[in-house]
Amino acid sequence: MSIDFSADKPIYQQLIDRITGEIIKGHVKPGDKLPSVREYAVEVGVNANTMQRVYRELETMGITETKRGQGTFVTEDHVRLEQLRDEMKEGLVQSFLSNIESLGFTKKEIIDHIQKRGLGGEQ
Amino acid sequence: MIRLERITKTYGGKKALNSVDLTLDKGKMIGLVGENGSGKTTLMKVIAGLITPSGGKAEVDGIPVTRKIASKIAFMPDIDLFYPYFTVDELFRFYESQYEDFNYDKANIVAQFLNVDRNSQLKKLSKGNRGRAKMAATFGREADYYLLDEPFSGFDPMVRSDIIKGMIQFTDPSQTVFLSTHEIREAEPLLDEIVLLSGGQIVAHKELEAIREQDGMDAVAWMTKIIKEGESVGK
Repeated sequence: MSIDFSADKPIYQQLIDRITGEIIKGHVKPGDKLPSVREYAVEVGVNANTMQRVYRELETMGITETKRGQGTFVTEDHVRLEQLRDEMKEGLVQSFLSNIESLGFTKKEIIDHIQKRGLGGEQ
Repeated sequence: MIRLERITKTYGGKKALNSVDLTLDKGKMIGLVGENGSGKTTLMKVIAGLITPSGGKAEVDGIPVTRKIASKIAFMPDIDLFYPYFTVDELFRFYESQYEDFNYDKANIVAQFLNVDRNSQLKKLSKGNRGRAKMAATFGREADYYLLDEPFSGFDPMVRSDIIKGMIQFTDPSQTVFLSTHEIREAEPLLDEIVLLSGGQIVAHKELEAIREQDGMDAVAWMTKIIKEGESVGK
């Protein structure tokens, strides 16, 4: 299947988010082999040069490792993956905070609300 | 590399192309966009050697473009061409007889990838499958340049998606694809660069990821903005 890209971010960045998301969710595990650049490009319907860039960035980020002649694998460095999870958490909180601020809610008001929901056992 | 310098094409006093300068690098997927009548097909045909420009210079890998350039360029026109009584296989054999770079096995692999039955007559295929067959014949050629005029037009989303995947699967980093399209939103993830033609002139030529990174918008918004600015300047 092809995927829909949002208009506000570079496509390579959205693909990095997608792959790291799959790792965080556990759909792709440490040590798993990723499809080849071309296979992945065909699967999601993007340019092979874009996909090449995605793989290069993931490797620079320490999320993947390329083994000569064997392909690209998700790192088994659990410290790095834990760090990735933290970065993602921070990113989510950051965007949430700027959202609520732009609407004029205070952090305290929101924290109180989250706690109330948690105590009330709402979903 | 394809290089155009001050290419002009006049039809009865009207300029279909007006001093077009354009360089297309190797190994890129490049989209040609613009409103109807902006000169897209004329530009493609000039590069393919099918139209002689009224002025300017056109070169492919340093060789001046003539009708013979067809040996380097695989051009896929926008029309539903071909001999309707041909089977897909006969179409491939015909291509094989016409083009030295045609690889019959590759054409069959592309056809298989796109789920086209080789033994069906073209006239008995659906429009979508005829489009797939045309694509398989074009990409059966091992050309350095593929010029595709409106490869998605008139097809349903399934066929468009297949054609996109085929282009990614069956080109390698040394080959260049230059395609005209109105389906900008769908083509964007496929492309490295976009060329915007308006009134026979190139008004912009940019890398797509740079549009997103620098202008913070996608190709459709970018194109709309440039055309609007052009109109307000023209007034």
